[in-house]
Amino acid sequence: MSNGNLEIKAISGHAGGTPGGGEYRQPDGTTRIGASRDYDVCKLIDTTTCIGCKACEVACVEWNGYEFRETTFDNTYQTMPETAWNFWNLIKFNEVETDGGLQWLMRKDQCMHCEEPGCLIACPADGAIVQYTNGIVDFNQANCIGCQYCVTGCPFNIPKFNEATKKVYKCTLCSDRVGAGLEPACIKSCPTGCLHFGSKEDMKFEAEKRVTQLHANGHADAGVYDPSGVKGTHVIYVLGDAKHPENYGGLPADPRVPFFVKMWKGPLKWLGGIGMVAGVLGVFMHYVRFGPKEVDKAEEVKR
Amino acid sequence: MTNGWVDIKNTDVMLIMGGNPAENHPCGFKWVVEARKVRNAKLVVVDPRFQRTASQADHFCQIRAGSDIAFLGGLINYALQNNRYAKDYIINYTNAALIVKKGFKLPEDGFFSGFDAAGSKYDVSSWNYEEGANVTGTAAAAIAAGDGPATPETAAQAAPANPAAKSAGQGYAAQGPAGAKATTGAPAPLALPGNTAYDLSLEHPRCVFQLMKKHFSRYTPEMVSSITGIPVDKLNKAWDMYTSIRKDGDMKKVGTIIYSVGWTQHTFGSQIIRTAAMTQLLLGNVGRAGGGVNALRGHSNIQGATDMAGVFDILPGYLKMPNPTDTDFATYIKRITPTSAKPKEWDSFNYWSNTSKFAVSFLKAMYGDAAKKENDWAFNYLPKIDRKFSWVEQWDAMYAGKVKGLISFGMNGVAIGPNSEKNIDALKKADWLVVCDIYPEETSSFWESPGITDDEKKKINTEVYRLPGAGFAEKDGTFVNSARWLQWKWAAVPTPGDAKLDQAILATIFLKVRELYQKEGGKFPDAILNASWPYTTPYSPSLAEVAKEINGKALADLHDDKQTPTDWKAGQQLPGFAWLKDDGTTSSGNWLYCGSWPDAGSNTQRRDPADPSGLGIHPTWGWSWPMNRRVLYNRASCDLNGKPWDPSRKQVWFNESTGKWAGNDVPDFKADSNPKDHMGPFIMNPEGVGRLFVPLAGMADGPFPEHYEPVESPLVNPFHPKQSTSPVVKRYKSDMDKYGTSDKFPYPCTTYRLTEHYHYWTKNNPMNMQLVPEPFVEISEQLASKLSIKGGDRLKVSTARSGSKDGKEYGVYYAKAMVTKRLQPLKLAGKDDPVYPVGIPIHWAYRGLKDGRHADQRNGVNVLSPTAIDPNAYTPEFKGFLVNIEKA
Repeated sequence: MSNGNLEIKAISGHAGGTPGGGEYRQPDGTTRIGASRDYDVCKLIDTTTCIGCKACEVACVEWNGYEFRETTFDNTYQTMPETAWNFWNLIKFNEVETDGGLQWLMRKDQCMHCEEPGCLIACPADGAIVQYTNGIVDFNQANCIGCQYCVTGCPFNIPKFNEATKKVYKCTLCSDRVGAGLEPACIKSCPTGCLHFGSKEDMKFEAEKRVTQLHANGHADAGVYDPSGVKGTHVIYVLGDAKHPENYGGLPADPRVPFFVKMWKGPLKWLGGIGMVAGVLGVFMHYVRFGPKEVDKAEEVKR
Repeated sequence: MTNGWVDIKNTDVMLIMGGNPAENHPCGFKWVVEARKVRNAKLVVVDPRFQRTASQADHFCQIRAGSDIAFLGGLINYALQNNRYAKDYIINYTNAALIVKKGFKLPEDGFFSGFDAAGSKYDVSSWNYEEGANVTGTAAAAIAAGDGPATPETAAQAAPANPAAKSAGQGYAAQGPAGAKATTGAPAPLALPGNTAYDLSLEHPRCVFQLMKKHFSRYTPEMVSSITGIPVDKLNKAWDMYTSIRKDGDMKKVGTIIYSVGWTQHTFGSQIIRTAAMTQLLLGNVGRAGGGVNALRGHSNIQGATDMAGVFDILPGYLKMPNPTDTDFATYIKRITPTSAKPKEWDSFNYWSNTSKFAVSFLKAMYGDAAKKENDWAFNYLPKIDRKFSWVEQWDAMYAGKVKGLISFGMNGVAIGPNSEKNIDALKKADWLVVCDIYPEETSSFWESPGITDDEKKKINTEVYRLPGAGFAEKDGTFVNSARWLQWKWAAVPTPGDAKLDQAILATIFLKVRELYQKEGGKFPDAILNASWPYTTPYSPSLAEVAKEINGKALADLHDDKQTPTDWKAGQQLPGFAWLKDDGTTSSGNWLYCGSWPDAGSNTQRRDPADPSGLGIHPTWGWSWPMNRRVLYNRASCDLNGKPWDPSRKQVWFNESTGKWAGNDVPDFKADSNPKDHMGPFIMNPEGVGRLFVPLAGMADGPFPEHYEPVESPLVNPFHPKQSTSPVVKRYKSDMDKYGTSDKFPYPCTTYRLTEHYHYWTKNNPMNMQLVPEPFVEISEQLASKLSIKGGDRLKVSTARSGSKDGKEYGVYYAKAMVTKRLQPLKLAGKDDPVYPVGIPIHWAYRGLKDGRHADQRNGVNVLSPTAIDPNAYTPEFKGFLVNIEKA
């Protein structure tokens, strides 16, 4: 879901420069790089004040206009095991026993909007994934070819494939709301103030302040989760135990864009070019050898 | 709440117990988060389950459901033993110094003095203060003379059961007129002495403080641990954390206690809240910003329902309901109006001395011109109650065939009441049932409840009417929240289809009944024919008109030099209850709400978020009763000289230059009472001070709280094994009322709500059903392994009330197992094996989106709960009853 009010910083599978990018001359004579907002946006999720009320889950589904899903009981308060193509915001509930007793950890799971987005790097479709200058990583389903390379590229298991539309979907960080100057729907719905939204700089400051307080209150392992392996994220957490992020419903301790994805889209891109040419050649030879493929009428209708 | 939601942000330490606000009040819980983040406030959570609130706690204790008084009694004992209480506060602002009558006995054997075994009730005549003067300095002599609380033997001699006290009026006579001298021969009404004896040194063996100390000295950490199942070190940590605010005599810090129905839904629920109130008085936390005793109401307007007489024994504004001994208005007023009872040298505002003004204004609102001085203000139109018409009693009477019809309005009786199989059978015996709701719910569908065969359906003769009511967003009016704030809301959408506004439905019924009385007469038509019905559209009164009527107005031109402004013309709305009169010149439907809709317009519609003091008072947002005071008893936020205990949280103070009380909040006090006069801050008590000891019939089950076991308990009460449960608890005797024991039903069960659902409504809503799709039973990993249960296995839960009839089982609950670390087995007194607690959320039954998914999985959880009620508030015991669990 792209948004016209936001300026694009990076774009998937695109040859040449970034559309809409480039230097803009400001009235005061300085220049900026194509951003309609002059700061990076960021969601701060303070897990130490999350009560797992799921207001954000509901707000997300309702804002994005998805149908309610059938769910099944699974011995947990968690709505479903993982996010879904039409359920982008999921609170993960974990019962963890520590020396200090039992902890019931709740973490809002959604797209982290990485500064170095593995999905975008992996995506071969021109304009299917864009990164705006404010940090939002957004999918444009109109351009999605359903290859699911983004699923492989994501270290957080976020993009989800819809079998019916053959497209991939995920949290947009409410790019439509943010583009209109509003906060994301999840932020708006949070009753305890555990969710914050603002510039990355401000959110980092807020997060560090809370961590300092937690340290003073005896939570020595509290910390901010803003993983450097993906050059930081535009969704950051305050964790009561930052030494064990995996306790929070499988948050990776050191997320990175998979090596082969980076190689594929970086130094080894030429190999892809050769592969591409070989592929086209292959298709041509196939056509010459076997002729055109008849479209299955029934399948067409189903789509 | 004595305080309010926003005020929680002012606290230094919180005890959340018997409530789960993170789960059930997530929006209000933001203030708990705020206090923790901004003030570094500490949070202690005590609950039978590690729930959402516990996940936020600095310290959590898993308690056995129904052992709350033991925990709080231990807390009081800890505070007393470690000198962590507010000494000046309790001497001057509570009845700690007052001397209790000779013959009063503490319940070492399970009984306070005056127990009448035949009637299962107490003769409360020994639960009183001693008449007298200042006896400070006489303690040593009294101790030498062997004075002190009575023993079982001496109590029998000193306070023989008083036959006069058991006459018809007893039980209603909460406080008779004080100072009335007992004359020999004639039955004396029970009364508090006008001048109470007192000992400011708190050393007299019969002063309230010493009695309290003696009483709770039995609540040692080891004893409390063996009852609650909380290890001693965790208990001490909790008690230390909470009482730390009074370390070294400091009075600046404040602690709050927050609770909900986890406390009320016991056969001793009122006494749990008493224990909390005592704790807060002892620590000097009542009346103060960030303090208080704070009940979280479970629906958006439960506070309003209570204020407007949602319970059978009160009229709006907590006026007592008349009973048959009230032969005329004067007798009624004399019975229900207390006179002050206090140390002679102190002052007491005794605000209930204005009762007649509130009562006459109420009768004028009810009956208009038909209420005249000559006819006793139409007092005889009011019903007189000769028995306790509580909720459970009415269903019991219906089951007995005595109650023939029921109008159930915005209430799903079958689902919400205890022992639902009995309630379903009761409805089968009724002639008619009218249900007004927004969904087809369980009550109006009782005839298709699980297990009923087609043959049985044919035998049910109850005529059922369903009326389509309006949802909350379809009607305007006020909500009164837990903080006593009246906030007007506007209708968001019109009523759909044939649905009608509640007031239109009620008005139509009323006007039709009135028409019948007009045409056909009846036994007593006057009350109906003369009821005031002054609304512009009688068949659908505007709620704004009703709200204005409740506020009240002048019926004649009024003048009062002491007020500003000094005059109100006839017909004008009144600005506050200080204007109400007992001469028929004012009307008010509820004196407590007088001031909510003054002549200038509705205060309930104010939406100015300004908060000049920063204390979360928000004086121009909505309106709170009484008189927009946001913290009740706020005089107690100041020391004896009228200066705030904590200058950084200044609520009210005495202004020496004007000789008046002033404040950021509205002073809840007599505005010109100089601190030198020693008027008590608790102006609604005849003593003027807070009650650590509740005299006379204030509480049916004892002046002090004592730990008793739930009617169904895995434990014999270690305090007094021969009297394990409360001696005055009411059990029921129908063939559907059975009570279980732990040999057959070993697991104590508690019921509760989930964030994801709202009572029995949201099982109709796909979004809520998506979040938590079906019912479950929470059990510990240890119990699961003992019974070879895995998460997701179907369980059968049964109680002493389960059984089978004609080959069909009833009173059984089926749901999937949720196996969790958040419940742990408990080690209890005299038990080799641990006790395994069980928890079941309430939200499902046989109607809703997924009804019929499993035919036998459709019972509501209240098929399990027993019919047994608190003797004070008549609330059923939904927490801490016994069940058995098997793999289905």
